[in-house]
Order: sequence, then structure tokens, then C-alpha cells
Amino acid sequence: MTISERAKQIVTGAAPGAVGAPLDRVDGRLKVTGTARYSAEMPVANVAHAVIVGSTVATGRIASIDASAAERAAGVIRVITHVNAPKLTAGALTLLQDDRVRYNGQPIAVVVAGTLEQAMDAASLIAVTYIEGAPAAIDMAARKMDAYKPAGGQPDSIRGDIEAGIAAADVKVDARYSTPFVNHNAMEPHATLAVWEGDELTVYDSTQHVYGTRNGVANALGIPPEKVRVVSHFVGGGFGSKGRMWSHVPLAAMAARAVSRPVKLVLMRRQMFGPVGGRPETSQHIVLGARRDGTLTVVRHESVSHTSRFDEFVEMCARVTRTLYAVPNLETMHRIVKLDVGTPTYQRAPGEAPGTFALETAMDELAVSLSMDPIALRLKNYAEKDPESGRAFSSKALRECYRVGAERFGWSKRSTRPRSMRDGNALVGYGMASAAYPTRRTNASASVRLMADASGAARALVQSATHELGTGAYTVMTQIAADALGLAPEQVRFELGDTRMPPSPVSGGSMTSTSTGSAVHLTCLAAKQKLIELAVADRSSPLFGTRPENITAANGRLSRTTGTRAEESYAALLARQPDGAVTVRADIRPAASEYVTHAFGAVFVEARVDVELGEIRVPRIVAMYGGGRILNAKTARSQLAGGIIWGLGMALEEKTLVDHRTGRYLNADLAEYHVPVNADIGMLDISFIEEADPHVNPIGVKGIGEIGIIGVTAAIGNAVYHATGVRVRDLPITLDKVLGTARA
Amino acid sequence: MRSFELTVATSVADATHAVAADPQSRFIAGGTTLVDLMKLNVETPHRLVDINRLANAEPSLAQIVALPNGGLRIGALARNSDIAWSDVVKAKYPVLAEAVLAGASGQIRNMATTGGNLLQRTRCYYFRDTAMPCNKRMPGSGCSAMEGHNRIHAVLGTSKQCIATHPSDMAVAMLALDAVVHVRGPKGERAIPLADFHLLPGQHPERETMLAQGELITSVDLGPLAFAARSHYRKVRDRASYAFALASAAVVLDVNGGRVRDVRIALGGVGTKPWRSREAERALIGKPATAAAFRAAAEVALAGAVPRSENAFKIELAKRTMVRALSTVAAMEG
Repeated sequence: MTISERAKQIVTGAAPGAVGAPLDRVDGRLKVTGTARYSAEMPVANVAHAVIVGSTVATGRIASIDASAAERAAGVIRVITHVNAPKLTAGALTLLQDDRVRYNGQPIAVVVAGTLEQAMDAASLIAVTYIEGAPAAIDMAARKMDAYKPAGGQPDSIRGDIEAGIAAADVKVDARYSTPFVNHNAMEPHATLAVWEGDELTVYDSTQHVYGTRNGVANALGIPPEKVRVVSHFVGGGFGSKGRMWSHVPLAAMAARAVSRPVKLVLMRRQMFGPVGGRPETSQHIVLGARRDGTLTVVRHESVSHTSRFDEFVEMCARVTRTLYAVPNLETMHRIVKLDVGTPTYQRAPGEAPGTFALETAMDELAVSLSMDPIALRLKNYAEKDPESGRAFSSKALRECYRVGAERFGWSKRSTRPRSMRDGNALVGYGMASAAYPTRRTNASASVRLMADASGAARALVQSATHELGTGAYTVMTQIAADALGLAPEQVRFELGDTRMPPSPVSGGSMTSTSTGSAVHLTCLAAKQKLIELAVADRSSPLFGTRPENITAANGRLSRTTGTRAEESYAALLARQPDGAVTVRADIRPAASEYVTHAFGAVFVEARVDVELGEIRVPRIVAMYGGGRILNAKTARSQLAGGIIWGLGMALEEKTLVDHRTGRYLNADLAEYHVPVNADIGMLDISFIEEADPHVNPIGVKGIGEIGIIGVTAAIGNAVYHATGVRVRDLPITLDKVLGTARA
Repeated sequence: MRSFELTVATSVADATHAVAADPQSRFIAGGTTLVDLMKLNVETPHRLVDINRLANAEPSLAQIVALPNGGLRIGALARNSDIAWSDVVKAKYPVLAEAVLAGASGQIRNMATTGGNLLQRTRCYYFRDTAMPCNKRMPGSGCSAMEGHNRIHAVLGTSKQCIATHPSDMAVAMLALDAVVHVRGPKGERAIPLADFHLLPGQHPERETMLAQGELITSVDLGPLAFAARSHYRKVRDRASYAFALASAAVVLDVNGGRVRDVRIALGGVGTKPWRSREAERALIGKPATAAAFRAAAEVALAGAVPRSENAFKIELAKRTMVRALSTVAAMEG
């Protein structure tokens, strides 16, 4: 069935229930006891192990691959190279289809053996010679003249009159900012377990999109998607790196077919750099113009990012700039540069995370130039409606985020002058920044089966092929379903991550709660309505003949609200149905909305910088968000804390080092690739401005997966500037950049 | 990672003979460096000789015991955690406890041994990647770091062949404590001052220590330094924990009447080996214990520093780190 939406009615009619409560994760016990099964742990018999061998050059051709020693090594079943690989549809993947090398670390062979150790041993015995290609283009800064306008998307935008805006400005900021190439480094490496039964393939995969992976694998192998089942019950972090399918997935399926055995292929940590994309490097140029009173007259935001030689990915840094401030004259531009590296990809808040670093740092610089409080400057340019489209926001609590956040942080204690707050050896600085992320929603489907269990209590099995990335999807979907069905969360079992279930979109873009959550909600409401309709039409029911609108459903019971009191339990009603069950499946398509939908937030940071040694520490972050309805106070806080901590890492630590001559990824391990450790994190004060948004979607949620990372980098940089008087415009802000020793 | 054979040694003699007889074999204790490098194919031993059980027959190999001369003997199999939480180390040689705690992570320290820590290999990216030229890993192939990414590389003790940094924190503190390394091999026992134990890269960066194939570290003896209770390790790094030093300083300071009577200074994160600066020590003895004198000594310590494209900041950082460490001890009560 397809359900038409009556969003306002549904949201305003929501009764207090499981949604919003800080319910413990329903999968928490499985995870902490190690019994949650991740893709590589699925119990499959007779598994062979595959290891990918990567190229050691970035350009050129393979002259020869000598696999003879590997083939002779103990336990080896097959070595697959471009010489003997079955023909696949590679698309933009590198699947052993030719002798060309497109980036360093590109898969050039797959070794399949009885054990992982045997496969690793044999992989190290493969000898490759190359015909050198053109010198690798690795350094984006040196290739900026090659920047071009990407074909797809909306790379450019313009509103108003830029020249007039510049002419009207009393004060200008004109600065360049850069953010480095970074990799996701999810705790669980990408892992695929491919199992063929006849011409049917099951892929257990660590993915953020089971349906996308199904189509990708089917397309690569040239088989109908119906022949492929993709299963992903738990994902140990994705952050965008598991949103699109990478080469190891079809390679595992190819290998499994080649050896007629199930094949497990788990990427090594260093293979998560290159064969799996990261967030591209960006170089951004911002021009801000304002009148003396802080009113923005013009904003220009130009971003250049890198892509691979063989595929196009655009980091949309300036998109957020179109929405954040009410400036009449605005121009944004995105360009990309092809480099001889693996294709970059979405990483948490793609575009917004590096984009707000530039924009919100520039706003801080403007505030300094104007001698204006940074919050006052932002309020002066507050966008009451979307400045790009002129349409209203469905809700926007940013003003309250500034106000309450500042209060909680103690912003009023901030001295105006940089380098004026001191505590022993520490220079102390306060900084802030805004955060914004669009609320998106797309098609999603769900099913619910209501039945009575042995004890005579109603139970619901709810399914949708979404994903548990550690976000709490199992938990919040259980809460949504429980409330919509009129059951307790304990009576609901939610299942996900299987293409045998109704489809859900990629778990990215903060869309899972908005899309799948709405689908679960509406499907469960429909199931509850069906119970009511069955009851009133059933002569055996005490509710027979009652008008459906005079029946409420709660706590597993249907009750008449008018006239003589009468009620019936779901379980009793269900017992009289065929199979003792009621099943509803619905495909939900969001209706077009007249509103622009965004989540907003404000981040406040205290930074401490050692006056001589330059060590930067962040003891305190206060963050306020208007994120619509919060489904689970506990998992929501965890999501945002994870984003904020990542923002701290992006600000101070993260950078993928690539050798400019060879394209080798140099720090591809968790010792040298720095992400925050516990000792880096001080107090995180995360809270929400309650938003009852009847327009955004049927459950009033905005999605909070990405917004946590946004604004943190700029807020930290602004705090470091306030502490030291040193403005660092290229991330990460490492201590050498604030030591003042550039010429030492 | 290559397949390998694992044997378990039950006596030092068995272990040293086994490894001496087979150049393709290695001792393994905590394995926190070796296994890492084996996964990268940087180390490809055919055989590992497990020395973890040697302490069953010879308990002193894993113990920390006082020496008659007032010094301290730390068994080679004592874990880093054993050192960090040893009461006698904390009381008599705080610089060593601080240095050990500043290194690695709790899990790694529970495994890593004293001997293994002295032998840990550089974190140079190019050394750890077999696809790149590296004179240390493959003599004569060239140094990729020289013109590559070298922000973490050494500024002291470098050569045209190699600029790789020695990564140990523990060894830096031990160097400031006049440590002597005791080794046993097929040809018997010998004692090597820690200052001589690690080699400068020179023309042969592949040779990192005085150890011969088959020689096993049995203990590290710390000097009796009566004033070592007034000591401190200061490490500067890119994050608050679990990161190698950009610069570190281990100092032991004896101040009498406002003047420096004796001092030990060793630096980490900046040298191709743990870096003792006797020149700086000499420059400081007899001088007032002031920031200005410390800074002058730091200038002496870093006088020979040679920067590359990305690591010039380390020279100033090392000086400031050394000054901070000395100032911290000078300001201590008592």
C-alpha cells in the first residue's frame, strides 16, 4: 500500500510514549557481550580467505605479475589477477579488468587460501613489475590550474549583485582556507563474506546501503539484482565510507565464484586508504563584505577539491553558505582537480564540515575587523527565512541555540582582545561557530507483523532494510514502532539490514530517522488502524459496530471512547485472524513541501594553548542544537558527542599524508593517523532546543547524524585565535602552526 | 605477513644459541614492535624465538631490584607497566616512571618489555612501507624522507643516508640516568653504556645498536644518581596521549645554593637515537638555575641540529621543551 501523509495531524497528535525517552540500546547487551554478529563473523561453513594485493605505483601499467611462488604456497587455492580475472562491469571501480594502474594501492591481485595467514603469506610472494606512467599528480596545490567545473549537481550559484555588494562594504575579509585529505577509519574495517548457492549470491557486507550494494554487485557481475541478497546486521562505523560500494565487494563475489567456496575478504587498515575513499582535500577562498554595523553586503565562497582520475566526486563546501546568513549578494563556486589517487567520497557532513570551517572562521575574522562580538555579528545577519529560495524554514531554533549556548558556556566572561586570558602556562581562548545541516528525506518502506505470543501478549515484528551503524537505529525504530502501534518497546522487535526486507535508503545524509523512521511510523499507524477496522467489523469483538474514529489503541488494547465502555486486547483480536497475525507493508514517498528544512546549532569552545610549547587542548565544548524531535535522548547525545569529537580531531589532528612523488599513503594506521583519544576530550555539554516541527516530516525529526561535526573546527580555530592571536587557516591546527617558529 | 615458525625458549643459552645460529630468526618478547613490522613485511623472520618464559628459570630477568652500589637493575623482561608503577622507580627515578607512562597506551605498556623498548624501530613512514626506498630497511636504496614528508623526523644525529627518529621515551629517561645495558650472547656477557648502545645512522642506518645477532639484553642498570629524585620527563606531542614525541626532554637536576651542581639532559623525538647532550650539561654546571641559563644550555644542545623541509619547528620546540623540563625541576619543593 501507499500511504498519503497527513503530517501535521500525526505529529501534533503524538502522545507521550517511548519516543524521546533515553531508552538503553536494544542491541546493547549483544554488543557488549560480543554476540552481535558483524559481517565477517557470520556463521558460514567452509569459508576461504581472500587478501587483496595493492599496486605500489600510482600510474602506469602492469608489465608482469609473477604469482607462481604464491600459487605454490601452502593453502593457496587461487590467485586472481587481470590476466585471469573473469570479465566484469567495472564502472568506476578497479576490478582486475586491465593492466592499467590508476592510483597507488589499487587492487591488482586477489589471493584466496584456506586460512587468512596462508593468504597473507602468499600475497607477500607476488612479484610485480610496472611500465612507469606519467609522473603522478598528487599535490592538489600544484595542480590548481587543472581545476574544472564538475558536470553534475549545482556547483555554482549566484544571487544579487556581487560587485554592488563589494562596493557597499565598509569592511572586507578576503582569505584562503584549506582542509586536508582525511580518511574515515571506522573501527570495523570493510568486510565482505560472499556465498554462492547455484546462481544465487548472498553477500554479508559491512555497508550503509544493502540495496545499493545489491545493485552494485549485480551490475558488476552482470546478474539480475534479484539473484543477490545483501545482509548487514551490524556495522562498526561507516561515516560515509560504506555508503557506496568499493572494489572489494565484487572482488569477493568474483573470488567466491572462482573457487566455488564462500570467500571472506576483510580489508586491512591500510587498504582503507585508497581502495576506499576519504574526504578530499579542499582549498577555499572566501570574501565577506559588511557595513560598519555588521550587516553583510556580500559573500563569495569558492571551493576546490580533488577527485580521482577516473571518477568525479565534489565536496560541496559552499552549499551551506547559501543558507546560513541573510546576505543579498552571494556567489558560490565548486571546482575539482583530478589527481592520481583513489576516488574520494562522502564523509560525515560532506561539504558542510570543511565548508563551515572556512565560512565560520571568516565570520570570526570579520567580527575581529568590526570589533564586534561574534554572536552579535551572526544575529545581525540572521536568516529568518531561507535566503536562497525565499521560502520559510519549517523550524529554526538557531537564535535560541546562540542564546542558551552562550549562557551555558559563560560567553559573557570572554575578554574581547586576543591573547588576553591566561592561566599559568596556558593561554586561554573562547571561540564559537554556527552549525547547519539540511534535513533530507527520501522514499522508504517498512512492514509490520502483529501477532500474539505464547503468553497471550501482542508482539510486533517490524522490518525495514536500514542499517545499524552504531547510531542506535535498532533502538529508535523500536521506539517509533512501539508508540505508533500502541505497544511497549519490549513488545516490538525491529529488524534491519537485509534485502529480503522492504527497502530503505542509504544510511547517510542524516536520512535514516527522517526516511525510515517516518516509514516505520506510518506503517505501524496503518497496522493499528487495520486492527481497529478488523475489530469494528468482527461480530466476535466487543467493539463490533463501533465507529473506527471512536476507538483508541494504546497499551495493546483497543478501547471505545464514547458511550458504553468496551475494549479488546490486540492479542484477543489477533487470535481470531488467519495465521493469528495481521501484516501491513507500506512504501512511503514524501510529499513535496513548501518549507526549507534544516537542523541548526551553535558550538562554543574553550581552548588552552601552552604559551611556549604550543600544545593545544580543548577542555570544554558546549553545543546546542535545534534538531527537531529527539527520538532517544541517550543515543542522540552519543551521536552528537561522536560528531563533536570528530570535529575536534578534524580541527587539531587528522590528515592523511600522501607522498607527493609516488601517491603512497604514508600514515595509514591508527598509530600515525591521529584521531582523538580519551585524554583529548574534556567536558562535552550537549543539549537541545525543543522543536515541535509539524512540517518537516511525519515524526518531526531532523536527523542528527552529521550536524555534530559541523562548526566544531571553526569554533576551535576561533578559540585558538582568541587564545594566541594566531589565525590558522589550514587544518589541522597543529602546535607547530601556533609556536611562532615558522622562521626559526 | 609471512608465515613463520615459533619456538619457545626455556633458557637464555638456548635462546641466544638458536638466534645466533640462524640470521633469519628473531627474539620475540612483547611483540609490540616486531609483530607490527611483520604485518607490514618490513620484518620477515622465518623463525621467532619466544623469550617470555625465560624468567621461569631466571626470575631476575623480569624483576626490578636494588643494586649494592645504590643503582637499580631492571630485568629485560620487566614490562613497561612494571617500571611505571614500581615504587622504587617512582621514588628514586621519577623521570623514568613519567617517561614510560608518556609512551604508547596502557595495553601496549602491559606487553612491551624493557629490552624490546630499547630495540623498537623508527616510525619513519618510509621505513614502514616496503614499496618505498629506505636505506635503513634496504641499504643503498635511498632515503625517501629526505625530500618527502618529514615533519616527524630527526634534526640531531642525522646523516645523508637517514633522518629517522628513534621513537622511545623510556630510553631517553634511562639515558639521563647513566644506564648500562647488560647483554648475553653465545660469546658470553658484556655491559654496554646506553649512551653507546644505539648507533648513529652514518653510512649504515641499517645498523641500529651494538647488539650482535643472537645477543640478548638481560637487564638495564640505572646509575646510583643520588639526586635523581629531582628529575622530570616532559613530552610534547600532537595529542594528549598515544602519540610519539615531537620533542621530549628527560632531565635530572641538582641545584645547590641557586646554582647547578650536577645535571643530566637527554632529548627524545629529535634524534636518530636517544640523545644525551653532555655539551649542554657541561654548559649548565656551575651556572645559576635560571630560565636564561637553561635557555643558553638548550642553544648548546641543539647547536648541531639540521632541519629538513617540514621539521624545522622541532629545533625551537626541543629547546623550549628542555627549558620547561629544567624549570619544572628547579621549581620543585625541597
